[in-house]
Amino acid sequence: MSQHSTTYVPKSAFGQWFESRLPVAGLVHSSFVAFPVPRNLTYFWTFGAILAFMLVAQIVTGVFLAMYYTPNAAMAFQSVEHIMRDVNYGWLIRYLHANGASMFFIAVYIHIFRNFYYGSYKAPREVLYILGVIIFILMMATAFMGYVLPWGQMSFWGATVITNLFSAIPLVGETIVSYLWGGYSVGNPTLNRFFSLHYLLPFMIAGVVALHIWALHVPGQNNPTGIPIKSGKDAVPFTPYATIKDIFAVVVFLIFFAYWVFYMPNYLGHADNYIPANPAVTPAHIVPEWYFLPFYAILRAIPDKLGGVIAMFAAIVIWVFMPWLDTSKVRSTAYRPTYKFFFWVFVAVCLVLGWLGSRPAEGWYVIASQICTVYYFAHFLIVLPVLGFVERPLPLPNSILESVMGVQKGGAGMPVGASAEPQSKG
Amino acid sequence: MAETTTHVAEPTRRDFLYIATGAAAAIGGATLVWPFVQSLAPDAATVAAGAPVEVDLTPIAEGQIVKVFWRGRLIFIRHRTPDEIKAAADVNVASLRDPQPDAVRVKDGKPQWLVVYGNCTHLGCVPLGNSGEYNGWFCPCHGSVFDTSGRVRGGPAPTNLPIPPYAFASDTKVIIGQEATA
Repeated sequence: MSQHSTTYVPKSAFGQWFESRLPVAGLVHSSFVAFPVPRNLTYFWTFGAILAFMLVAQIVTGVFLAMYYTPNAAMAFQSVEHIMRDVNYGWLIRYLHANGASMFFIAVYIHIFRNFYYGSYKAPREVLYILGVIIFILMMATAFMGYVLPWGQMSFWGATVITNLFSAIPLVGETIVSYLWGGYSVGNPTLNRFFSLHYLLPFMIAGVVALHIWALHVPGQNNPTGIPIKSGKDAVPFTPYATIKDIFAVVVFLIFFAYWVFYMPNYLGHADNYIPANPAVTPAHIVPEWYFLPFYAILRAIPDKLGGVIAMFAAIVIWVFMPWLDTSKVRSTAYRPTYKFFFWVFVAVCLVLGWLGSRPAEGWYVIASQICTVYYFAHFLIVLPVLGFVERPLPLPNSILESVMGVQKGGAGMPVGASAEPQSKG
Repeated sequence: MAETTTHVAEPTRRDFLYIATGAAAAIGGATLVWPFVQSLAPDAATVAAGAPVEVDLTPIAEGQIVKVFWRGRLIFIRHRTPDEIKAAADVNVASLRDPQPDAVRVKDGKPQWLVVYGNCTHLGCVPLGNSGEYNGWFCPCHGSVFDTSGRVRGGPAPTNLPIPPYAFASDTKVIIGQEATA
């Protein structure tokens, strides 16, 4: 998985025999054992491992749910209630899966904003970053189609509203929508194909995740200073340092996850989804799941239907161009005092957009959504390009080691014995 | 053929074979995509179930709105009162967001019958009948207001409630999904 070929030699004779035929143990060793990790990583760098864990958790719970679920418009709602009431521990598996989706998005949003803050998207990590954007888009599609499967009121009307977005495309819009539906409206064929794709997409995500990790292992991880590893003293081996830290973070995250599952399993859902889908009645207030709300607010902020759809998709696609829109040579926002201010404004705007997405589209909510939408795009199209030229960044440390240990007196080297050689402990 | 020269100026037979093979694979692959894409379209059973439906108007009392489905889509059939017809007709058409006189939204000689799709043109919610400022429809989702002709009069909806294809088979029967002949 990386070009960091090591001199890994299995200890057992069988291991050596196998390694010479399929060098998978060496691949794991070079990628997850000997791999050099910046010594100054914070817990914000554990969310990759948390996300990998959540992907596996969603696939495992999902495979089991698929054993008891019936993807048919007449039976889907009943089969979900069957899972909740009759299947042994069905309630647990379903609550893990439903809340797991929200946990997945909490983790991915922290992961994305960590990347924004520390400039991880900049050269040489552009491809790594764009693969991440692709994973996020696949996650959104998967989550949306998963929410349709219980065939409750919010499933049905959410599917109607979102698939109708494509009817805004000129000329071919209506045809595209009928191909999405497999009919003239959201119905049984729609449910069938959404189930098929909901099962497929996580494995496509897993494939892109493999590329994402591969691309990560070429330049290595970014770190809070944004400067690269320059010597062995800047790094520690992945195992045990990052391994143990990742495991600990996953355990803490699982406690948070378990709190939702066991104490408020329906808090993040909508009560309307416990009413069977009814095409003759709409819920009083159609809202998507919380993780889509900022994009939903952008959709509704534009008074024109096609314009709203374009703005919503552009809000994600614009991420792809960030490595080139950001003109600053400094990666980490820790050394960019002006950008630090704008970064937190941007975070606030995203949170406000999320809140506005949950409000009815009327009165001053609409105006506030429009102001926030304009700012959202201005952040990418004005703030990022201009600040690189006008901002005066703080001086960067000479090395990761210096940022952690302070500037050493009397030359570049450290006093002998002041810091154990971490590599030797791997 | 095994001997290759380094200064080939014109295409060789091997180049031709490469291009021909590649073209055959590309055309074959593209052709095979067609049935898979077409399988996503509404299937024969769905199309058959989408045939026109007959609705008997006799039981619909004046002032009543009836919901029917055609092709899985909700349709309102509204038996309008003389006051509602008058209110729909007495509107300055030019002042409307989606200007349409009431006369083109009903069939000639049948102004009491209004047949419209029952999903708001904003995001597809079902508006509530006999309510709103114009006593037509009011959408509880985002506040769109429709008059007794199903025309948008307020709120975010961009267009009037659309009219499905339909025709009168007799004075008391409509066929929804079938355009009027002649």
